Amino acid sequence: MSDAPADEAGIASAIRAAAEAGEPLLVQGHGTKLGMLRPVQAARSLSTRNLTGITLYSPKELIVSARAGTTVTALEAALHEGGQHLIAEPPDLSALFGSGEGGEQTIGGVVAANLSGPRRVAWGAMRDHVMGVRAVNGAGETIRSGGRVLKNVTGLDLCKLLSGSHGTLAVLTEITLKVLPAPEQTGSLVYAVADAEEGVRILSAGLCSPYGVSGAAYLPAEAADRIPWLVEQGAVALVRIEDFARSVEYRLGRLQAELGGARLDDETSRAAWRAIRDVIPLRTEAGEAIWRVSVRPSRGPAALVAITRAGGRGFLDWGGGLLWAAGPPELHDIVRQAALDGKGTWTVVRAPDGMRAAVEVLPPEPAPLHRITRRVKAAMDPRGVLNPGRMYAGL
Amino acid sequence: MIEQLEPKAGVLARKDAIVAGLRKLLPADAVISEPIRLRPYETDGLPAFRQVPLAVVLPSTTEETAAVMAYLHREGVRVIPRGAGTSLSGGALPMADSVVVGMMRMNRIVNINYADRVATVQAGVTNIGITQAVAAEGFFYAPDPSSQLACMIGGNVGMNSGGAHCLKYGVTANNLLGLRIVTVEGEIIDIGGEYLDAAGLDWLGLLTGSEGMLAMVTEVTVRILRSPEGQRAMLVAFSSNEIAGSAVDAIIGSGIIPVALEFMDKPAIHACEAFAHAGYPLDAEALLIVEVEGSTQEQDDLLAKIAELCQPFEPISLRVSQSAAESLAIWKGRKGAFGAVGRISPDYLCMDGTIPTSQLPFVLRRIGEMSDQYGLKVANIFHAGDGNLHPLIMFDANEPGCFERAEQFGADILTLCVEVGGCLTGEHGVGVEKRELMRVQFNEVELNQQRRIKSAWDPEWLLNPSKVFPLPAAA
Repeated sequence: MSDAPADEAGIASAIRAAAEAGEPLLVQGHGTKLGMLRPVQAARSLSTRNLTGITLYSPKELIVSARAGTTVTALEAALHEGGQHLIAEPPDLSALFGSGEGGEQTIGGVVAANLSGPRRVAWGAMRDHVMGVRAVNGAGETIRSGGRVLKNVTGLDLCKLLSGSHGTLAVLTEITLKVLPAPEQTGSLVYAVADAEEGVRILSAGLCSPYGVSGAAYLPAEAADRIPWLVEQGAVALVRIEDFARSVEYRLGRLQAELGGARLDDETSRAAWRAIRDVIPLRTEAGEAIWRVSVRPSRGPAALVAITRAGGRGFLDWGGGLLWAAGPPELHDIVRQAALDGKGTWTVVRAPDGMRAAVEVLPPEPAPLHRITRRVKAAMDPRGVLNPGRMYAGL
Repeated sequence: MIEQLEPKAGVLARKDAIVAGLRKLLPADAVISEPIRLRPYETDGLPAFRQVPLAVVLPSTTEETAAVMAYLHREGVRVIPRGAGTSLSGGALPMADSVVVGMMRMNRIVNINYADRVATVQAGVTNIGITQAVAAEGFFYAPDPSSQLACMIGGNVGMNSGGAHCLKYGVTANNLLGLRIVTVEGEIIDIGGEYLDAAGLDWLGLLTGSEGMLAMVTEVTVRILRSPEGQRAMLVAFSSNEIAGSAVDAIIGSGIIPVALEFMDKPAIHACEAFAHAGYPLDAEALLIVEVEGSTQEQDDLLAKIAELCQPFEPISLRVSQSAAESLAIWKGRKGAFGAVGRISPDYLCMDGTIPTSQLPFVLRRIGEMSDQYGLKVANIFHAGDGNLHPLIMFDANEPGCFERAEQFGADILTLCVEVGGCLTGEHGVGVEKRELMRVQFNEVELNQQRRIKSAWDPEWLLNPSKVFPLPAAA
C-alpha cells in the first residue's frame, strides 16, 4: 500500500492512523534512495512526493523554502534563475541506484540523508545549511524548528537532528535552506600522481593554502578513466577553485606556481566535478556493495589501499577524508577495519538485501549513547512507526 | 529576581555532606563552598540576575568531570555547566541547590593536526586561544564572538556562538567536528572525531546550542582554516537606516558575500567612536563596516565593486582602511560596542534577535518608536548579512522600575522580531532571559517535543534546569 498525500495535513493524518494501528511506515519521496542502509519492513509506504513547490525564495536574504517533495532539479533550476546555488552541492546517486520509482530525488530525501558533494570540504554539509524545517513526528504532530533566517539558536536544533535521520524520527514536509551566489567561474588543476599518498599530499597542500580550494579529489587510474576529460592519464589528483573570474585566474596561477598541475577550463572543470559529485568514477557491478567511509583526510590513502588490496575499488574526495568504495559484500569487514584504522566511520550505501539486514550498516554506537538514541527515538516516534530498522536493528 | 524552579530542600539540607563527597573526588582547591568564594559565580554576562550556588567544582580532566557528574547524579543534585561566564542570556545562572561545574581548569590544547586541518582542545580553552595556538602556522579558528578574548570553546558549543564573520565562515556548529561529553549519569562519550561527516544521528548538531541541558562538554575538536592572504575593511556612511539597508541588499544581490557586513545606527556609532577613536563619521545616521578577503588585488577589486554598488545610495562618506592598524581600530570599535555603550549608560541590556534582512528599516523604525514610548535610549548593532540584530537598551538600575521597563522593551523587540519572520535569539541563546518568550516562537506541541528530547538525555532534569523552557509554574 502506498500513500502519497497532497499536503502536510494528509501526511499527519496518515501517520496518526499508522501510530494508532501500530503499523510501521516506509517513509520516502520518489524512492531514489530506498536501497540505502537497512531495509525497512513495512506493509505500507508514505511518500512526500506530492508536497511540491517552492514556498519562499528571497535571493537577497540568501533563503529558499521548498516543500519536501520538490525535486532537487526543480529547486536548482529556480536558484539558477536567481544566480544562486545549493551550497553543499548534493550528489545525484542514480548512477548507483538507478532512477528510483520513475522520479528524481527530492530535497526532502537529500536532507533526510544529509548528502553533500565535493564542496562539503570547504563550505559545509547539507545539514549546515538547513535553516528551518516543518515536519510531522511519529505521533502525527506537526512541529517546526529553526525558521527563515540565517542565524538562529532558539531552542534545541531539531533541524540538524532531523537532517541525516533518514526519516526515522519525523517526516520532513518543508525545508528552508541557506543558499549562496553561484560562482562566476570555476577552474581546476589536475596532477598526475604515482599513488593515493602523493595525491592526498597535493590535496592537503591545496586545502592548506590561502586560495579557497573548494574541491579536492584523488582518482586512481581506473576511476579517472570513467571521466571523459581524464581518460588515460593514470591516477590523478584534482583541486578546484570557484569565485569571480579574475580571482579564479589569479588563484589557479598561484597554486600552479606553488604546486604545478595542468589546468581544466571552466566548462571541463564543471563537468568533471559534477561526475565526481555523482560518484561516476566508481565502477560497480550487480551484486556488489557500496560504502561511504569518512576518515581523517591523511588516513584516506591507507583505507583505499587496504580495500583495493582486498579486491575492492574506490576513490577519494574531501581532500582524502571521504572514500567511496565498491566491492563484493565479503569486503565489509575490511571496509569496517579500514574506517576504524582511519579513526573514522562507515555507511553502507548500497548492498544486496541479505547483507543489508545482516551487517552493521553504520558503526554501532557506544552503549550509553545508544540508550539515549532509543529514548530520543521514543521521544519523537513513540510507537516506532517511522522507518523502523532503517539505521539500527530494532530501532 | 528571576524565578527559578523550587530548590530541593533535601539537597540544601545535605550541603555539607555533598561538599564532603565532592572533596573526595577532586583536589582540595577544586571544590569551592565558602560563601565568600562562591560570590564570583553567582552571575554571568547578565548581571541583573544573581543566585549563589550550593558549591562550585573545577575539574581538570574529563575523568574528574565524569566522577563529579556520576556522584551528583546519585545524590540527585542539579548541575550548572559554566565556561567563562560570559553568557548574555543568563545561561550560567546558578540555582541555590545546584553545583556549578566550571570548565576553566580544562584549558589544555590536546592536539593540533595541520595536515588534516583540525585541532582538539579542552572545553576551557578560550575562543581566541585556539586561533593563537595555530596562528604561527597561518591558520585560524573562524567563529569570533565579541567576547572571544574571554569566552571558552565549551561555552561556545553550549550556545552555538556566532560572531562578526559567520556570514562567510558559519557559526560554531559549522566549524565543529567532534566532542567528548559527559552525560548526566557520568558516562564519557565521544561524538564525531577528526573527520567531516559522522555516521548515525547528528548528535553533534543537537548538542551544539543545547545550552548545557543535555550533557557536559569536556573536549572539542574543531576545523581550523588557513588564513586568507589578507583582509581589509571599508566604512560606508549613509544618511538613513533605510538607505543603508538598501545598500546591503544591493551588495548581497550582486553576488558578493563580504566576509563581514556590519551595520551600526547613529547612537551605536557615537558610543563606539568615543571608545575606540576609529574615525567613525559622527554625522552619519547609519554606518556599514564591510570586510573583504584575498590578495591585495582581490581586495581592491571587491572593494571597488562594493563602492560602485553603494554609489546610487549617495553615501555621506566612504573610507577604505589603508593599513592593518586602521582595520584593527575599525574592528576595535565594533567589537567593543557593548563595553562602549556601558561607558555612556549606567546599565544596558543587550538583545539578540534575528530578522529577515529586508525587514531592517521597518524593525529599526518600530524600535525607535518603542524607545520613545518606554523613554529608554537604544543603540543598534546589526550583523547585516545574516539578519542578526543587537539592540542595546540603556537604563539605570538605580532608578526604581527602570530595569523592568528595559526588560519589557526588550521583550517587545524580540516579539517584533518573531512577528516579522525572525527569531528570539541569533547567537546568545535563550538562557533564563528569553525563557518565557519561547511561547511567542513555538506552540506547546513544539515545546513539548523539545522537552521530551531534553528528557531523553536528562530524565530527571538535573542539567541546567530553569533554562530555555518556560517554567512549569507559569504554564
